[in-house]
Parts: sequence; C-alpha cells; structure tokens
Amino acid sequence: MELIWDGLVKAIIELVTLDPGITEVALLTLQVSGAATLISVLIGIPLGSVLALSQFPGRNFLVSISNFGMGLPPVVVGLWVSIFLWRSGPLGFLNIIYTPYAMIIAQAVIASPIVISFTLAVIQQINPQLRLQLTALGANRTQMVWTLLKETKLGLLAAVMAGFGGVISEVGASMMVGGNIKGMTRVFTTATVMEVSKGNFDIAIALSILLMLLAYSVTAILTAIQQGRNIR
Amino acid sequence: MFSKTKWLVLTVAFLILLSLVGCANKNPKPAEEENKAAEGNKTADIILATTTSTQDSGLLDVLIPEFEKQSGYKVKTIAVGTGAALAMGEKGDADVLLVHAPADEKKLVDSGIGINYQLVMHNDFIIIGPKDDPAKISGLKTASEALKKIAESGSMFISRGDNSGTHKKELRIWKSAGITPKVGATYQETGQGMGQTLNIAEQKSGYTLTDRATYLAQKKNLSLVILVEGEKSLLNIYHVMQVNPEKFANINARGAQAFVEFMVSPDTQKMISTFGVDKYGQPLFTPDEGKNEADLGK
Repeated sequence: MELIWDGLVKAIIELVTLDPGITEVALLTLQVSGAATLISVLIGIPLGSVLALSQFPGRNFLVSISNFGMGLPPVVVGLWVSIFLWRSGPLGFLNIIYTPYAMIIAQAVIASPIVISFTLAVIQQINPQLRLQLTALGANRTQMVWTLLKETKLGLLAAVMAGFGGVISEVGASMMVGGNIKGMTRVFTTATVMEVSKGNFDIAIALSILLMLLAYSVTAILTAIQQGRNIR
Repeated sequence: MFSKTKWLVLTVAFLILLSLVGCANKNPKPAEEENKAAEGNKTADIILATTTSTQDSGLLDVLIPEFEKQSGYKVKTIAVGTGAALAMGEKGDADVLLVHAPADEKKLVDSGIGINYQLVMHNDFIIIGPKDDPAKISGLKTASEALKKIAESGSMFISRGDNSGTHKKELRIWKSAGITPKVGATYQETGQGMGQTLNIAEQKSGYTLTDRATYLAQKKNLSLVILVEGEKSLLNIYHVMQVNPEKFANINARGAQAFVEFMVSPDTQKMISTFGVDKYGQPLFTPDEGKNEADLGK
C-alpha cells in the first residue's frame, strides 16, 4: 500500500512541477498516438464507408480481414514494421527505425482496422430507407455520404476513441520500433516497462497514473464532441 | 446550429496538426541524416545496441549524455540482451555494440564484422537466493558446485532464458556442472531483462544468476541475498566494438568510432570507476582500458 501512496505522491509532484522529463514523455505520447489516430481516421472512415455502401466480389472477405485486424497484436505489428524498417530491411534506406515516425506508422497500422470496422458497422446499421429517401430527394453521392456520416456521428466518434485508446495503451510495437530512446521515442508505456525493470516501482506507478490522466483527458474531449446535441 | 460542434472538431484537428508539426520540428533528423549520409559525411545519430544491465543499472544514463555533449552525436540506445545486440550487429542494424559475452563476441570479430574491439570494464556475476538458503550453497567456492546443489535439492532457479550474456554464462556453468537444466517446476525461464528477472526471482523466492550491478541497483526491492561470489569464472566482462562499415550500407562509422574512443578514454574510465559509489557505497563496474582480459580478477 505504501508503494501506491509513494507513486501517487510522485505523480502529483511531477504533474504540479511539470517535470521537464515527464512533460517531454507526455507530449511525445500525445503526438505519436494523436498522429497515428488521425492517420487511421483519414484511412479508416473513407475505407469503412466504401465497404459499407458498396457491393463487389470479395467484399465479405475484406470485411472479415478488417474485423480480424481489430485484434491485431501490437507485438506482431511491431515485429513486422521493424523487419521492414531495419537498415537491413527493404525500407531501411528511409532511416526511420527508432524514430517517432516509425512509432506512428506502427500505431496507425494498429488503429486503422478498428476505425474501418467501426465505421463499416455504424454506417451499415443506418436504416436503408434513409438512403432511398436521400436519393429520392435528389442528393448526389457526396451529399449522401456526408449526410450518412453526420447521422452516424456517435458511432464514428466511438471509432476514433477506440482507435486512440488502442494505440495510446499499447507497448509492444512502440518498444520494438521506437526503442524507448530517452528524449526521442520514450512514451508513457515504454517508460513504465523500463522503470519496472529498473525496480523503480514508485516512478512506474506515477507514470501509469499520468498516462491514464492523459488518455482520459483526450477521451473526455472526444466524448464532449460526441455527446454534443448540435447536429441534427 | 451546429457551429459549436464544428468549432470543437476544428479545434481538435488543429491541435493534432499542431502536435504533428511539433513532432516534425523536434526530430528533423531523418531527412537531414539521409542527405548527410549521401555525402558520406558525419551523420547525426548512432545506434548503440547494448545489454539490459548497462541500462537497468543506470550507467548509460550517466555516460550517454556526456558522450552526446562531447561528440555532438545523438545516441539511439537499444537495450536488449547481448544475443540480440550481437544479432543486430551481424545484420548491420547497429553501429556500435557494448556487450558482455566474450566467447560469442569473438565469432563476430573473427568474421570481420566487429572491428575496433576493445575491453571496457568488468564486474562480476553472483548467485543470489533466499536468505534461508534451502540448497545450502552459501559460501561454496565455485558456481558449478552451487548450481549442482540447487538442482539436487530441487530448489527453484530462475533463468533469464533470453540468450543474453548473463544467460549464456549461466548455461556455461550448468554445462561445467554436468547438468542439462530442463524447464519445469523448479527451473523457470523468464525471457526478460535482468531487472525484471530479479523481480520474478524475488516473488518466487528462487535462486538466480545476476550481474552485480543490476543486483545492487535493485537491492532496495529485494530480500534475496548474495550466496556465491568471487570465483574467477564469474567475471562479467564488457567489450565495445564498432560494426564494420565495409560490410553494410548506412553504418555511421565515424560516430561508432567516436563512441568506442569515448568508452576507453581516461575521463570515461574514471566516470565508470566512481559510478554507483554515491548510491551503493561501492562502484558497480571496474574500468579495464588497456588491460589484458586474461589478467582480470587476479
């Protein structure tokens, strides 16, 4: 119990004093996971919409792949992204292994299937009558998709939150492709693993509390947008 | 009517973009690095593949910032087991290695991949275990006797099991004891770094082989005590080497050479000799620059 107390005290001290080392870790965590989520949204919402609204051979297979991808283990993603980005790998010339860019790529791979599958599910769930009605009202394809996306705001924001939650909490991929380099690729999860292996349990607890605070803050903002009653 | 939501969405998008820009600004290296590498000039980063013990003991936290200040290179430290570190060197995925499994290191040097191979420092391995010492190994002269007794008494032994320098050393001791350990109820492999393995041994009240530095750094959390120490074969010797730039593309040879030179420079050796004294009352490593490996421990 004393350990938890020590960790709590440490977390509060670090938060109040804005410890520069911790601030750096917090910012990087937000940047990497925020960028990865943004990319996965840019990929996932269009792809999910297309999958939901069209019929073509092989569609069901793609949908099952995306649904399977929601549970893609981060370490597997980390390993494969590493193999490609290592200097000895096919993309080694890019020189981005052990940089935040590599982490963003890995996290975007993890989050994209989540966003695709959520988007697909919420758009498919809309009453088909609505689409019929919109077409009858003379909506063109863009107008229709836009209306459907607005109609599914609740679900789409859930997709964003699930994607963000998935990547800010993962450690396997970040550790492998980022390397937990101090001041460069050290994020909350990898720092926590390291402090545990160093035996600094109080610092590890403090980090875990700060990570949860950060994740909650972002989710709270997204929830505020989701629950806003302004769109009709 | 939905202007408020629009604003919120815009704000969030803006914040994310801002953070992306910040991200890009803070790490302008990859592009810069590529240009420089193309010119065959000094690149900004070196990749150091090393063992978990140098990170978990805190030594690198002291040495790396000093090296970065002196040389202007940025070090990407990848702390893995020695087996993995050597493999990274073998594939040209690292520029410089700081490792502690001499027998395996020699293979890399003989194959021409490891060059500028230098002795840096040593400490020693110790066998630790629960205070009541069920296998009665306390004070035994040799590690192989100790492992034999642990096996015979059916006591729990926690192995790294990760192909690290410490794990390789442990396997060698089992071999000299004439025992082939089998994973089971009393011989367990963690597959993790030394720090984490100590935590597990502590929770399971098991015996384990550890380097002294990580043990001292973790001692505040441990009730396990040192039971066998001092045998010459328990020396834990660290070497540094650079990866031969003629064998692979993209190796930062100058940075690697600078790091090797830094590790054996008198100032660094002095820092190593005093590292840990303030915290643990004794140094965690003994600097060995210029010594003969065969003379260590005499």
